[in-house]
Amino acid sequence: MKNREVKLMQGNEACVEGALAAGMTFYAGYPITPSTEIAEHCAQKLPLIGGKFIQMEDEIAGMAATIGGSLAGLKSMTATSGPGFSLKQENIGYAALAEVPCVIVDVQRAGPSTGLPTAPSQGDIMQAKWGTHGDHPVIALAPTSVKETYDLTIKCFNLAEKYRTPVFLMLDEIVGHMREKIEIPTPDEIEVFDRVRPEAGDENYQAYKVEEGQLVPPMAAFGEGFHFHVTGLMHDDFGFPSNDSEIADKLLRRIMNKISNNVDDIVMYEEEFMEDAEMVVLAYGGTYRSARSAVKQAREQGLKVGLFKAITIWPFPEKRVRELTSKAKSILVPELNLGQYVLEVERVVSDDTQVISLGKINGEAITPNEILAKIREVL
Amino acid sequence: MSSELIKNKFRTDRLPHIWCPGCGHGIAMKALAQAIDNLGWDKKDVCIISGIGCSSRAPGYMDFNTLHTTHGRALAFATGVKLANPDLKVVVVTGDGDCSAIGGNHLIHTARRNMDITTIVFNNNIYGMTGGQYSPTTPTNDFGTTAPFGNIDKPFDICKLVEAAGATYVARGTVYHANPLIKLIEKALLNKGFSLVDAISICPTYYGRKNKKGTPVNMMNFLKDKAIDVKAAAKLTPEELGDKFIMGEFKNTQEPEYTEEYQKIVDRFKKER
Amino acid sequence: MNKQHEIRLSGSGGQGLILGGIILAEAALIDGNNAIQSQSYGPEARGGASKAEVIISTEEIDYPKVDKADLLLALTEVAYVKYIKSLKEGGILIVDENVNVEGINPSYRVVQIPIINTATEKIGKSMVANIIALGAIQELSNVVTKEALEKAVLKRVPRGTEELNKAALQAGYELVSK
Repeated sequence: MKNREVKLMQGNEACVEGALAAGMTFYAGYPITPSTEIAEHCAQKLPLIGGKFIQMEDEIAGMAATIGGSLAGLKSMTATSGPGFSLKQENIGYAALAEVPCVIVDVQRAGPSTGLPTAPSQGDIMQAKWGTHGDHPVIALAPTSVKETYDLTIKCFNLAEKYRTPVFLMLDEIVGHMREKIEIPTPDEIEVFDRVRPEAGDENYQAYKVEEGQLVPPMAAFGEGFHFHVTGLMHDDFGFPSNDSEIADKLLRRIMNKISNNVDDIVMYEEEFMEDAEMVVLAYGGTYRSARSAVKQAREQGLKVGLFKAITIWPFPEKRVRELTSKAKSILVPELNLGQYVLEVERVVSDDTQVISLGKINGEAITPNEILAKIREVL
Repeated sequence: MSSELIKNKFRTDRLPHIWCPGCGHGIAMKALAQAIDNLGWDKKDVCIISGIGCSSRAPGYMDFNTLHTTHGRALAFATGVKLANPDLKVVVVTGDGDCSAIGGNHLIHTARRNMDITTIVFNNNIYGMTGGQYSPTTPTNDFGTTAPFGNIDKPFDICKLVEAAGATYVARGTVYHANPLIKLIEKALLNKGFSLVDAISICPTYYGRKNKKGTPVNMMNFLKDKAIDVKAAAKLTPEELGDKFIMGEFKNTQEPEYTEEYQKIVDRFKKER
Repeated sequence: MNKQHEIRLSGSGGQGLILGGIILAEAALIDGNNAIQSQSYGPEARGGASKAEVIISTEEIDYPKVDKADLLLALTEVAYVKYIKSLKEGGILIVDENVNVEGINPSYRVVQIPIINTATEKIGKSMVANIIALGAIQELSNVVTKEALEKAVLKRVPRGTEELNKAALQAGYELVSK
C-alpha cells in the first residue's frame, strides 16, 4: 500500500481532487465567486487525463451541458454559488425527473441576490431542497473540513451514480476557501460506484423500466446503440412522453421513493459528548467548526452539551434527531441564515423540546463565543 | 420510398404526431430524416436534441439517440453531449422562440465556438405550443395573442444573427421547397462546425388565423411566391426584391472546430506523458 | 510552542501575503503540527490593505478564523492602522520601520524592523519582503522550525529564485536576532 500524501490544500481544490478520484471526466460551468477555484482546477487537470472541461456562456448552460455530458456516459460535475444555484434550478429539476446522475457544488455566499459575494453563508439550505419546482428527490451533503470535502465529493458521485439523481455538495465560503491539512487516501482506500448499465445489445432495453430487484433503471449512454428517448415530460418505461395520470403518478412516486426508501443508506452524521447531554448543538458545514469549539469549552465548564454534525443535509436525519431529543431537553441550531435548517428540527421533535435558532446573516462566521453564550443562556 | 424512410428512421409506434393539420413541421422533420438517410449515417451515431415547443416534439418520433430538454437549452445540452462524445453527430431541432428568444444566448455562443452541431430551426414566426404569442421572428405589425394591436417588435433574421456570431454553415429553406431543403440540411450535416438551417415553416392554426393568411395551401403558396434564391436575389435591386425573402446558402466556410481544438490540447499532454 | 498560535499577515495587495501565509502553514505541517490558512473577508478588506491569516496548533483546530491574533505583521501604515485593534493584549507586533506606531498600546511587544528596505536594498528584490517577514516571524515566535520554513519556502518559490529566497529568509532571522 502506498503512503498517503499529506499536504495543505484549499477546500475548493479538495473538491476537484475528490471528484477526480471518483472518476469525474466532465465539467461544465460558469465562473462565480467563491466557487471559481473549482472551475480553475478542473480546467487545469481534466485535459491532462483526457477529460472534458468547458466554460459555458451562463449558469443555465453550465447545468445543461453537465447533464448532456452525463447522458453521453461521463461522470459530470458543475460548481456555482447562490446566484448561479438559482439559475441552475430548472435543469436540476430536469436531471431529477430524467434521472441523470450529476454533481452540483454550491459554495454558498451571503445572499439574497448578489449579496456579499466573498462572505460565507448557509442561506441555500432550503433552496437545495425546494429550489426547483414540483416534488423531486434531493440528496445534499455538507462538508466541514478540507478532508471531508474530498471524501464527500466522492460520496456525492457515488450517490448520484447509484440513485441516478443530481446530488448537491453544499460547501460554504468558510470551508471552500480555507487551506488545511489533508491526508489524501490511496486509490485502494477509495470506494467508487459506477452507474449500472444495460447489457450490450439488449434488444428489449427500456430506458426507464425498473426490473424486480433493481434500484433504478440501468442507464445506457448515447451512441452505444440503444435508440432511447430522454425527456423532461412525464414519461413511460420507454422514456416517451405521456399524459396518462397513472403513468405520471407511478413515475414520480418511484423517483421519490428511491430516495425515501433508502434514507439509512444515504444519511450520514456524527455525534460527540452525547451520553449525558441535556442540550444538543446541531450544526453543519463551516458553522460546525465553531459549534465544536463552543461545545468543548462548554464541557470544560461542566455544561452537559452534546454535538451533532449533520453530514447529509437532505434527506434530513429525521429518525436520529427525534431520538436525540427524547433525552435532551433542548436543541440549538446555529446556522448562517435566519433559521432554515432549524425548521426541520422543529418539525420532527416533540412539543416539549426547546428548539433554539442562532442565525447570523452579516457575512461573518458564527464565532464559538456566540454559540457558547447561547448555551450558557439556556443551561 | 417514403414508407421505407418512415419505417427505418421513425418510431412508428409513436405516430401520428401531435402537430395540427396543415402544419409545416412534418415536412421539415421528414427533410431531416431524408438528409440523414441520404448520407447513410448509422442511427447509433446520430443524436437529435430539442428544447420546448412544437418543433421540439420531433426527436420523440425519430428513431435515433434522442433528447428532449428544457425551453431554449437544447444547444447547451447538445454542447455537453458533443464535447463528451465527439464521435456523435449531434443535431438540434428547435423553433424560432426556443432558439432566438429564451435560447438566444446559447445560440450565439454555440455558433461562436463553432461547435460541430447542426441546428434546424422550424421557423413558423409564432409560439404555437402556447397558443399564438408573437416570437422574435414575427414580422413587425403582424398579430399574435400577445400583440392584439400589432407587433411593435422588430424581427430577428436568425441566419444573419448566427453568421455574425461565427457559424460556418448558414442556409435558409422552406417547407414548400422540400427537396432543396433536404439538400441544404445534408450540406449542413456534413459541415464540420456549427451549422444552421432556417427552415421556414407554416402555422395555419395560430399565425395563419391571427394574420388572415388563409388556408394551409394559401400559406404554402405564399412561401412559393415570396421566397427567392440567394443567387437570383443578388441580381435584383432592393426595389425589385420588394417583400420577397431570400433562401439558399448564405455561408459555407471552414474554420477550427471546438471539439477538434480541445482534442489537440489533450493530445499535447498525451505526447508529453 | 504554545498549544495554538494565531497569526495575521497584513500589508498591501501584491506583497505576497497570502503566499506567505500558505508557506507558514505548510512549514507547520512539515513540523508535524496542524495549520489552517484562511482569509476572512469583510468590509474592512476594501481599500489598500490586504491580509492573510494562519492558525498553527499542536492540536486539532476547530474554528478556522482568526479573531484576535497573537502576532500581527504590518508591512504598511494603512494595514497597521486597520488591523492593530485585532491584536491580542500582550501580543507581538512586527512592523516595518516606515510605519508610525506612536501611541501604541503599551502591552504589545513591538518589533520595528526595516523589512521593505532590506528587500529592496540588501536583497535587491522588493518581492521578497514576504519571505524576509517570515524569517522574522520564525525567529521571534518559533511557531515553526527553521528547517521546515526553509523547506516550505523552497517548495513554493519560482525555480531559479531559491538562493535569493534563502538569503531573504536569513536576512529576516538576522533583523530580529541582531
